[in-house]
Amino acid sequence: MRHATLICVVCLLGLTALLACLNLFTPASSPVHVPIYIVSLAGKYLCFAILALSVDLIWGFAGILSLGHAAFFGLGGYAMGMYLMRQIGPRGMYGNPILPDFMVFLNWKELPWYWHGFDNPVFAVVMALAVPGVLALVFGWLAFRSRVSGVYLSIMTQALTYALALAFNRNDMGFGGYNGLTDFKEMFGFPLQADATRVGLLLATAIILALQLLVARYVVASRFGKVLIAVRDTESRTRFLGYRPEYYKLFVFVLSAIMAGIGGALYVPQVGIINPSEFAPANSIEAVIWVAVGGRGTLVGAILGAVLVNAGKTYFTSALPELWLFALGLLFILVTLLLPAGIMGLFRRRAAAPAEADEAGADEAAPQLTKQDA
Amino acid sequence: MRILRSLLLLAALLAALPVRAQAPDPFAGFAATGFDGIRRAIEDLAGSGNKQAEATIAALQAGRLATTADGGVFIKTDDGWRDARTGAAATPDNPRPVRLNNAVRAAAAAAMGNLTLFSADAGTRLRAAEAVLKSRDPAALPALTRAIAQEKDSSVRAAMDQARAAAVLAAPDTSEAERIVAVGILRGRGDLDARSILASLGTQPPAVAEAAATAVTAIDRQQQLWALGQGVFYGLSLGSVLLLAAAGLAITFGVMGVINMAHGEMVMLGAYTTFVVQEVIRAHAPGLFGASLIIAVPLAFLVSGLVGIAIERGMIRFLYGRPLETLLATWGLSLVLQQGVRTIFGPTNREVGTPAWMSGAVQWGGLTITINRLVIIVFAALVILALMAALRFTSLGLQMRAVTQNRRMAAAMGIRTPWIDAMTFGLGSGVAGMAGVALSQIDNVSPNLGQGYIIDSFLVVVFGGVGNLWGTVVSALTLGIVNKFLEPLAGAVLGKIVVLVLLILFIQRKPRGMFPLKGRAVEA
Repeated sequence: MRHATLICVVCLLGLTALLACLNLFTPASSPVHVPIYIVSLAGKYLCFAILALSVDLIWGFAGILSLGHAAFFGLGGYAMGMYLMRQIGPRGMYGNPILPDFMVFLNWKELPWYWHGFDNPVFAVVMALAVPGVLALVFGWLAFRSRVSGVYLSIMTQALTYALALAFNRNDMGFGGYNGLTDFKEMFGFPLQADATRVGLLLATAIILALQLLVARYVVASRFGKVLIAVRDTESRTRFLGYRPEYYKLFVFVLSAIMAGIGGALYVPQVGIINPSEFAPANSIEAVIWVAVGGRGTLVGAILGAVLVNAGKTYFTSALPELWLFALGLLFILVTLLLPAGIMGLFRRRAAAPAEADEAGADEAAPQLTKQDA
Repeated sequence: MRILRSLLLLAALLAALPVRAQAPDPFAGFAATGFDGIRRAIEDLAGSGNKQAEATIAALQAGRLATTADGGVFIKTDDGWRDARTGAAATPDNPRPVRLNNAVRAAAAAAMGNLTLFSADAGTRLRAAEAVLKSRDPAALPALTRAIAQEKDSSVRAAMDQARAAAVLAAPDTSEAERIVAVGILRGRGDLDARSILASLGTQPPAVAEAAATAVTAIDRQQQLWALGQGVFYGLSLGSVLLLAAAGLAITFGVMGVINMAHGEMVMLGAYTTFVVQEVIRAHAPGLFGASLIIAVPLAFLVSGLVGIAIERGMIRFLYGRPLETLLATWGLSLVLQQGVRTIFGPTNREVGTPAWMSGAVQWGGLTITINRLVIIVFAALVILALMAALRFTSLGLQMRAVTQNRRMAAAMGIRTPWIDAMTFGLGSGVAGMAGVALSQIDNVSPNLGQGYIIDSFLVVVFGGVGNLWGTVVSALTLGIVNKFLEPLAGAVLGKIVVLVLLILFIQRKPRGMFPLKGRAVEA
């Protein structure tokens, strides 16, 4: 596993650096030139990879299937979006130096209290981490303490993101309603439309993703991670051994939510918009399938799955738009039925086959999540 | 002497007769230049009992009445003029339209009300009484009193009594006792019209004012009760929709423990079955349209049920014991089904008609009950009862319960458990299909129809307690009613958010729902 992580980090950084160089240092006429939209697209994929990684950390190693993880991603995104909105200043359509355009449009007279401070980049970044983290802490504490697990937890996370989607759709909430936040100008003083800024964002995303991968790997490889896996496989047995599964789950859930929030914060400047559709329940479920395709419980697989599925989505939605949902749906079905260990499972099996890997090895690759009462 | 007096009286009467016959011409007043004069003319005409009065005042209201310099009054028709006095065709000399202002219009409306009080049609009389109630015109009092005396229809008579009460209260010269009786009559009416009359009486004797104030409070309380009842009806209506959507899930998820994320698509298939049935009926047997929904119900059950059995045999049986994988695979299936329907029927909403017997509303006291909502409530109740009876009294139901309680023992007793699994799943899906028929009446029939219900349905089942049909019923109705009562307080969307958050918190407190199953079967 350590090899896979290292290979992944090297490939990630190497490929993004290559993309960056090909964009910046080759003329537009050159056959190897990478247009800027590819750079933005790659940045977007890597943000999704961050979300997938955070989902894999809890689903693959703690058995928490969150069907609402895009909520944390979206909250991080909104925190960053609010900072970017404040940076527009008097350059908005209505030229109001304090109020974002949509507030002027809604006839608001002053900034709501929760918008204060977001003109400060440090504060915004802190909020992008803290808001998802606190929400996960409260939700997780309530859920894990009362031992809500398995499918019930999944349904509740789904309800959570659904409630957030409804809430952010309301104009009265002060987050731009259905249209969300958009029309950003600059970030930390760099103009967002400039190619160099976009390349910089891609590189930053790649580096942060690599760091998150290393952190996640460190967590799951530690003694803490071993207990977590024990909780995943048989929670009650772990409890009888004297551990407190709820704290282990809570820690990893909050960590994962913060990771997702970072992903969202990096996503918004690269796509230039954040709106309530990010909270749509379907998005969270899609993130789970990225992990399933790549290989659950492998971390590297989550990144691989996110990039591959999204590349497929980009191709399908432009080339064969009506087939995309068929393809995605069949992907869900086939992966769960035929490829429970995902793409990483294929690698694992091939690598292990000559050495006559026993069944236990294969089982580890495909973590069992049998309901205890099944 | 007596004879002389009699003779004198006779003479006086005889003298009076021609005077009476030549009573002031009721039409002459329309030539007046001032609005006051015209208003008096309207009142005179309405009180005169002249046969042409109704047509003349109606023409005035329509702005088609005109006068000439020589005192002629004419009604303009689409193709010429008629004399207002006789109704015969005429050619007026230089007609001048009678002008209107608000006072004149009000007088005309009140006069029309009086005139129609004696109409042969009960509905017209009722409307006339309501018009007087709204105008509170004391001038209508004599007419109303006469009308009440000869009225035979009790409901029209009640309306007239109420109208008379309103007029009595507005009249300057009625006695206190009469006014208090009038307040009592209006209090008995008890609706918003009566309240607004009682709340704006103007200066009244203290006793009357006091009676009116009490009456307003009483009406307010009564209105609150009706509003409460209306809220409960809306809540029941929403609850029955939730119940229908969740009933099938209570079988597949509650009884079998299968997380079927494609459940909403079974509902959607039922709705599209209704659409197809109606299209076929429209094309081949338009006379059957009224029965289209009744035909669609069993067909939708079959279509969704068969699709459900196919899903169980083709996919879910490989995933038993792996709930999270089932969730993902069925979610994928739901995407495929949605896109399939979108490819076949197009992405836009399809038109599903409402049979005549299901449209409209009835007024019951202060409640407005829409028929289609009522039908859905009844339908939901029937579906649940049928489902419970099927589980309780049929041999298939017995086998289903046996398999879910102890699969291995059931198999040992000779029950074909895989077949029962497929049948149970088919039953749950079929019920979802029937729900689709009902939902096609109140929701857009589009490929996304089912997606809107999936989260709600799961929450209903979890909230009620998994494996417990009664729990599902209580939970659906509770959520429906709570939602409808939060709506006026917080708005529709915020109300829903509040319900979601409350549900999340509730499940933290009681992870197994309101009515958890107890006993060894739960832990097994």
